Amino acid sequence: MFRFLTRKLAYGLAILIGINLLTFVLFFKVNTPDDMARMQLGGKRVTPDAIEKWKAERGYDRPLFFNDKAQGTAQLTNTLFLDSSLRMFAFDFGRADSGRDIASEIVRRAGPSVALALPTFVVGLGISIVLALGLAFFRATYLDFWGTVLCVVFMSISSLFFIVMGQFLFSRVLQLMPVSGFAPGLDAWRFLVLPITVGILARLGGEVRFNRTLFMEEIGKDYVRTARSKGLSEARVLLVHVLRNALIPILSASVAVIPLLFMGSLITESFFAIPGLGSYLIEAIAGQDFAIVRAMVFIGSFLYIVGLILTDISYTLADPRIRLQ
Amino acid sequence: MQPVFLLTDIFVYAILLFVLWYMWRVRSDRNLRANWRLAMRRPVAMVSSMVLGFFLLVALADSVHYREALPVASGQSRTQFSSEALSVLDQVLLPLATARERSYSEPLSAVAFRKETFERDGASVRDYPRLRFGGHHLKDPATQLADDVSSKTWAALGLGFSFIVLTMLIGFALAKAKTGQTFGDLFLNFKTGRTEWPWRSMALTFSVMVLSITWVALLSQGYHVFGTDRTGNSVLVFALKSVRTALVIGGLTTLVVLPLALLLGVTAGYLRGWVDEAIQYLYTLLASIPDVLLIAASVLLLQVFIDKNQGVFETSLERADARLFFLCLILGITSFTGLCRLVRGETLKLRELEYIQSARAFGVSTPRVLWRHIVPNLMHLVLINTVMQFSSFVLAEAVLSYVGVGVDPKTASFGVMINTARAELAATPLVWWTLATAFGFMFLIVLSANLLADAVRDAFDPRTRLRSASPVASQTQEVSV
Repeated sequence: MFRFLTRKLAYGLAILIGINLLTFVLFFKVNTPDDMARMQLGGKRVTPDAIEKWKAERGYDRPLFFNDKAQGTAQLTNTLFLDSSLRMFAFDFGRADSGRDIASEIVRRAGPSVALALPTFVVGLGISIVLALGLAFFRATYLDFWGTVLCVVFMSISSLFFIVMGQFLFSRVLQLMPVSGFAPGLDAWRFLVLPITVGILARLGGEVRFNRTLFMEEIGKDYVRTARSKGLSEARVLLVHVLRNALIPILSASVAVIPLLFMGSLITESFFAIPGLGSYLIEAIAGQDFAIVRAMVFIGSFLYIVGLILTDISYTLADPRIRLQ
Repeated sequence: MQPVFLLTDIFVYAILLFVLWYMWRVRSDRNLRANWRLAMRRPVAMVSSMVLGFFLLVALADSVHYREALPVASGQSRTQFSSEALSVLDQVLLPLATARERSYSEPLSAVAFRKETFERDGASVRDYPRLRFGGHHLKDPATQLADDVSSKTWAALGLGFSFIVLTMLIGFALAKAKTGQTFGDLFLNFKTGRTEWPWRSMALTFSVMVLSITWVALLSQGYHVFGTDRTGNSVLVFALKSVRTALVIGGLTTLVVLPLALLLGVTAGYLRGWVDEAIQYLYTLLASIPDVLLIAASVLLLQVFIDKNQGVFETSLERADARLFFLCLILGITSFTGLCRLVRGETLKLRELEYIQSARAFGVSTPRVLWRHIVPNLMHLVLINTVMQFSSFVLAEAVLSYVGVGVDPKTASFGVMINTARAELAATPLVWWTLATAFGFMFLIVLSANLLADAVRDAFDPRTRLRSASPVASQTQEVSV
């Protein structure tokens, strides 16, 4: 167990270093600090002096990978890449180009993100399991047939449709809630109901169908026939025997997703103007603030790796036949 | 006339050639043929591939570009060519595209959508002004419009039905010549659906398609059938132009994903060792970055590149096209990881099988083992994944364009269409037709792609085929879509 964990952690570290290098090359080598300065200061009529000043303020005037002027190890450490990367591994993200502290901003925005993502995920998972179980119970009937057809139809509808229609129906026709925005504290629910509903609806078709396939695969197995031959009712077979076994892959797959919920849903948040991490990232991209983008990518990958490790562990917990190696 | 080959055009032709080559292979390979026959004998698969085929034709017509020769001015020795590249589809839609209104107009309407103050009979009135094109042949739209539309509808129905009846008669005659059955038997089998291929569903789809196309074509002679947008352009034209973008995104991205995933997955799974580690590292790395982010960053970088090198692209169409191409490339790079993982896992299993071991014992070279013995046994996975991913790419394009990191805003695409139409929902009275058309077209494309993918998966996936052999699942096989 201990060896497994250390190996996984070392692998995670390697991934993080790779991510760091990749984003650095993307944002500093391909798109040089000069371009950034020009973009931030606005337009093409920017004096070279202003660019130099802008870069000096942020420390972007240092060499990227190798410092000729420094002595000894400082040749490597006093560079833009190593300095900013090392800070990042200590979760010190520095300041955004607009001057705000990135770390505190991330902490502030994590709340709304989780408030949106967690209910969407949990309720969505619950509904899809219940519906899939229902379809599996009525298998080989018209109900199952048309239910599966409905799933394909739902999968074929663009998520934009749900967003646009939801905003239109709820806020304009029924005047139930605001189109977008957010309020701190408990008032937030009025702004969250619609995005959560939209988020669940957009993924429902695919999830129900996927879970139904899992249930159907499980129903074909021998232990189910044994349970039936013991004289158990079909409902009991499904709810107790099939459900418990089918839940193993479903829940294990979910574990990988849970840490990423903190990242928020990029698209939904920016559509509904919820001040979470997803919209933070989108705004940073639109404003070309690469300090924020790098920090967010770093955190995202970190959570992804945590998710991967948790998945491995949860498999062993759910199924004793699998050993960590 | 001077032919123009845009970057994506070349790839569209390449995809077409690839599909033709694949069809030729299917014809000569017994197993493949049997599998495809299993898939296509399903009415749903046949119907959806007919619908997709229609959209494919539209996209192909929109992929043949050329520049028109300008009239030769005196003193010029060489013919000059127009700076705008046109496609065959543009040429077909030219009357509609040039019939611009001033602003919004409802579908099948003869007057504008909003009231304006204008001069009529010497007096200044505030009323709905007449459209330039929509219903301009009518003297008094208020009384004549309904009659004109219904008479044109009847004409379209008549024309469509006569065409359908003619094709059906030819079809029956051919079937009689081929099978030697009487017309009565043929018709009975056709009516009850007891034919080898789902002819009844095909005929039904064909009829619906012919009728709706003739109806739209006939009414487009005098009206904007799907209305006009804010700048007065026909929504129908924009939607038809968007079809190409959607299909290019779906097809080209698949073309990027396939070789990448196959090559990396197979080598990782077969060679093991450090190659495996490196490839796994690569795709875990890519998978751990949120897709939208990678795409957004790359598109931004591309935009910076295009702004810096204005001279590379001659026309704005070429610039927009380059962006579309890169979007496909990036989308492919971010989404090959899933298939790559799948291929690697399957290769791991295959390499331990006896036939591979014996091939190796005979001294067959590694590339040959991979190409002759491993890859053909992975093709079902690749095929299933390809058809299933196609629709997700089409949907992704719309979302990305909506966020602003998708295709060039000048390119016609469903995402751009929805994005510009979004604000209209807040307007009173409601402008609904742009959104409805965009979502409707997209739904049709994605739904038929999904249904086709289902049929292909059921026919090619050994698991579902095995299941259909066991007694419990044979019931489900009957009804599953």
